Amino acid sequence: MLSHRWKRLLPLHLMLLPALALLLIYGYGPITGIVIAFQKFMPSKGMFGSPFIGLDNFKYVWNLPDTKQVLANTVIIALCKIVLNLIVPIVLALLLNEIRLKLFKRTVQTIIYLPYFLSWVLLGGILIDILSPSQGIVNDLLRAFGFKPVFFLGDPSWFRFTVVFTDLWKEAGFNTIVFLAAVTNANPSLYEAAVIDGANRWKQTLSITLPSMLPVIILLATLSLGNVLNAGFDQIFNLYSPQVYSSGDILDTFVYRIGLIDTQYGVATAVGLFKSVISCLFISVSYALAYRLAGYRIF
Amino acid sequence: MSTSRIAFNMANYSFLTIMCLLALFPFLNVLALSLSNKTAAAAGLVKLWPVDFTLSSYQFVFLRHEFFTALGITLERVLLGTALSMLISVLAAYPLSKEERAFPGRTLYAWAFVFTILFNGGLIPWYMTIKMTGILDSIWALVLPGAVQVFNCLLLLNFFRGLPKALEEAAFVDGASHWTTLGRIFVPLSAPVLATVTLFTVVGHWNSWFDGIVLMNSPSHYPLQSYLQTVVVKMNTSTFANIDPVQAKLLGEISDRTVKAAQIFMATLPVLCVYPFLQKYFMSGIVLGSVKE
Repeated sequence: MLSHRWKRLLPLHLMLLPALALLLIYGYGPITGIVIAFQKFMPSKGMFGSPFIGLDNFKYVWNLPDTKQVLANTVIIALCKIVLNLIVPIVLALLLNEIRLKLFKRTVQTIIYLPYFLSWVLLGGILIDILSPSQGIVNDLLRAFGFKPVFFLGDPSWFRFTVVFTDLWKEAGFNTIVFLAAVTNANPSLYEAAVIDGANRWKQTLSITLPSMLPVIILLATLSLGNVLNAGFDQIFNLYSPQVYSSGDILDTFVYRIGLIDTQYGVATAVGLFKSVISCLFISVSYALAYRLAGYRIF
Repeated sequence: MSTSRIAFNMANYSFLTIMCLLALFPFLNVLALSLSNKTAAAAGLVKLWPVDFTLSSYQFVFLRHEFFTALGITLERVLLGTALSMLISVLAAYPLSKEERAFPGRTLYAWAFVFTILFNGGLIPWYMTIKMTGILDSIWALVLPGAVQVFNCLLLLNFFRGLPKALEEAAFVDGASHWTTLGRIFVPLSAPVLATVTLFTVVGHWNSWFDGIVLMNSPSHYPLQSYLQTVVVKMNTSTFANIDPVQAKLLGEISDRTVKAAQIFMATLPVLCVYPFLQKYFMSGIVLGSVKE
């Protein structure tokens, strides 16, 4: 016998059921698997049969020769991407804002936004070809100008630059359009007042356009903080090779190789747990900051 | 206009044009390579235009079934996965958009959803879980784990919140159940947002490659991007294995490189074709999540 209240509420609970069920299995289920990080995991014995070894997996990984370098690579690449993915789109948005020809403006936006929708498999395939030191068009051009060919994807000292720059190619369009949308929200009468006061376009940009973009810049900046350990697995996996591990290997590729290739499940889970915990901290802080500084609410 | 302004405009237009060309030339180069003769390609003669034009690379790809098997699997996952994901997301967004007063427990549910964005178990536990549910090597492995996209739920939730309360109240007074309100009122009103979210879900499934590689046991079960990953990035050398006489005739003009270029371009084509027509939805997708009034 359901009371009227319950009859009204039951459909709501039922609607949530499918999503919750899937989330419980595939979202929370893996979280219980974290116990593997503290075990000497043997697939035959499973999670409940493998011996518990405490922090041994963590100690083992920490003492591996490459671990600290991997961590450094991850943070450096991620930070470079975060910073540049804010600065370059801001500049592009400001420049696009000065364009009067609507068709040109829209065409540029359309073109720079396009790479965002292609996978890193495709972009990686394209880049591997055009950046090839022997056959690629980029090095052909360099040679034509008298430079020596550069092994963009094979030289550890060039790899990070290539990764960050090509990531901009893919992602900058997105943020540019966000900033451009914010810019068009600026009050036109402010500009009129500024012109009357004798401000040139540059001064107008500094005192009107940029401040009107500030809320969105702060929002995107704080939200991107959560990505400080996400150096871009998709991209790096498709562009890297053992030659560039020293500067390009990141936590996610490291976990992938240790876990799925070398099948050292316990160790890989340990590194993954480390990343998850630190990322959780940063993401939580970033959402809290976004709420404080930009009024951004998740739900 | 002052001279400095004119100069700035010229520099600006030029700079932005160069940016666009920079963004486009890799695609043009690959397209040109795919349509060129292998000798010209190897000699570095191909820049933005095909040299010794030939369609043989494409003919070769069409004669091999691997590309199309993979394409079929991708189409299957796009249709199944998008339908499932959208259905689940809309169903979940509706109750979550209610307030705590109207729906006690709503906040708890919402946090249950959001927590999965904040923290996850990592790659190995994820793989183990999927293995334990017995869906490895089936289409469900590509569809189920990613079916609940919390970001989409949040987007739809916020949009539902923005709809006038009076609508829902009037429907309730008229005796409509939640199901009716959702299906007859909220969904039709959300058409543009739903279209955008659907589009991004479709693109997400189309571009997905990692799950295919990890969760499927044999290359013949790979979706398109996973198949391409093995061919184009991993330098798979079996491109020219098991060739029949028809395909052998094409070998004179094509090489590993031109065939790869052809496959890359063929996989890019659908997005390229759809993109200009759905510009409105692609663009609005950006603003949906970020710009709050």
